[in-house]
Amino acid sequence: MTSRLHIDMAACSGHGLCADLLPELVATDEWGFPIVSGDAIAPSLLPLARRAVRTCPTLALRLLTAEEPEPYRAHRKAGHR
Amino acid sequence: MTAPHPGRPRAASTGGHGRSAANPARLTAGWRHPGPASLREHLDIYGPLPRVSGRGRAGFLADAVGEAGLTGRGGAGFPTGTKLRAVAARRGPAVVVANGMEGEPASAKDHALLTRSPHLVLDGAVLAAEAVRADVVHVCLPRTKPGLAEQVRDAIADRERSGVPGAPVEVHDLPHHYVSSEETSLVRWLNGGDARPSGGLGRPFERGVRRRPTLIDNVETLAHIALIARYGPAWFRQAGLPDAPGTMLATVSGAVASPGVYEIAVGTPVADLLGWSRARPDVSAVLIGGYFGTWHALRDVAGLPLAAGGLRPVGASPGAGVVVALPEGACGLAETARVLAYLAGQSAGQCGPCAFGLPAIAEDFAELASGRPGGTVLERLDRRLGVLPGRGACRHPDGAARLAASALTAFAADVHLHARHRPCLAARRGQAGGDVLPIPRPGAEGEWE
Repeated sequence: MTSRLHIDMAACSGHGLCADLLPELVATDEWGFPIVSGDAIAPSLLPLARRAVRTCPTLALRLLTAEEPEPYRAHRKAGHR
Repeated sequence: MTAPHPGRPRAASTGGHGRSAANPARLTAGWRHPGPASLREHLDIYGPLPRVSGRGRAGFLADAVGEAGLTGRGGAGFPTGTKLRAVAARRGPAVVVANGMEGEPASAKDHALLTRSPHLVLDGAVLAAEAVRADVVHVCLPRTKPGLAEQVRDAIADRERSGVPGAPVEVHDLPHHYVSSEETSLVRWLNGGDARPSGGLGRPFERGVRRRPTLIDNVETLAHIALIARYGPAWFRQAGLPDAPGTMLATVSGAVASPGVYEIAVGTPVADLLGWSRARPDVSAVLIGGYFGTWHALRDVAGLPLAAGGLRPVGASPGAGVVVALPEGACGLAETARVLAYLAGQSAGQCGPCAFGLPAIAEDFAELASGRPGGTVLERLDRRLGVLPGRGACRHPDGAARLAASALTAFAADVHLHARHRPCLAARRGQAGGDVLPIPRPGAEGEWE
């Protein structure tokens, strides 16, 4: 089963622990907020990914399984909006 | 089923230009005088409210709307029949929310529709409620538009007095921030919270207002539902394109002699709409789709149909039907800088990349438009625009980044001039009194609660 990382950006306050633990999968922008790769996580990195999820001070980081849809994102003006 | 008999449509702000069988007045058929069409006028034009539930009619409305090919007119363009079906399939009583917030400053169509044809919107809302087994309809309106909620409440009282059937309708006045019209903002506010978007807390169609399945539709979408319920999908498809049927309300502004709200067949070429609104000959660029939309050189889009599929090749979308014409003398970069500053101020402030990134790109644009840009502003903008989309609880940063990126492309010659030499004349003048894009008065939207 493949997993990928998801960040609830409204909950994230940019502590950066995830980027420290998992530089392979998490970069930060110039304001210190994480940019996660949406790709499937390599099995070798899964333990670190789980640890990053547990360590996140604001519980903003989650592991999604392949079947799990992205959490809902309000998409007014999606097409465009 | 009979088509409506709109007589001679003379909708004041639609001008009546270009009317034909292919470009009919449907939503605007009752716009015969200033002020709302009365319940009697409404029933004279459109006929009585049909039944859409009961024996042998399960799924009738969702099927009809699906066959009609109606898509949401609030901007997202999601298939309305699919949404109706999704809510109807959930167990327990549902809730219907009519979204009349119109957070887009350059759009006026929802306000026009609600003030001219309130009964068409209310018809659609109670018919949708019947179809999804909802026992209440919430109409969400901006509290910045004085008198609007009162007019809609008057229309509801008229219906009650005249015994028009349907679920009870409640009218609410909400804060009017740009992101307050997102559907999760409406749900959050109706549940007693702030009118801010909430990402990841469940989809409204599954669990929305009071944790019930919730159908949220733009008020124009509901008005189309009212007509499809009466006249059927084949009738609806007599206007528009096979893959984008029906009519739509478009708001045209900027360098045009007849700005306003126009009802047009979906897929009407951009040039036709600009012609009907008597665009000035010096129009060089257009903003399509609103402040989450995109800038284009007029020559690149003039012949394209105002429809999702037709605009996709140039990266545009009709959004909520907004078209703004930019005259030759105005500076598109300065205009974009003003809008980005506004959008930055409209961030709900919940997500870091939006709270910090939008002010940053707004400053970059201000520097580019009117200051003395350092050599790195374009590289900085390029990097920032690349990391903003797809990360927030809502798509506010995505929309702002899209607008900014499109300005850099559409006004590439200006970008070069501003970055390498000096601001253009229009930007240096500050376009005193000549700002094209409307920016709401700061603070007018009030609190978030």
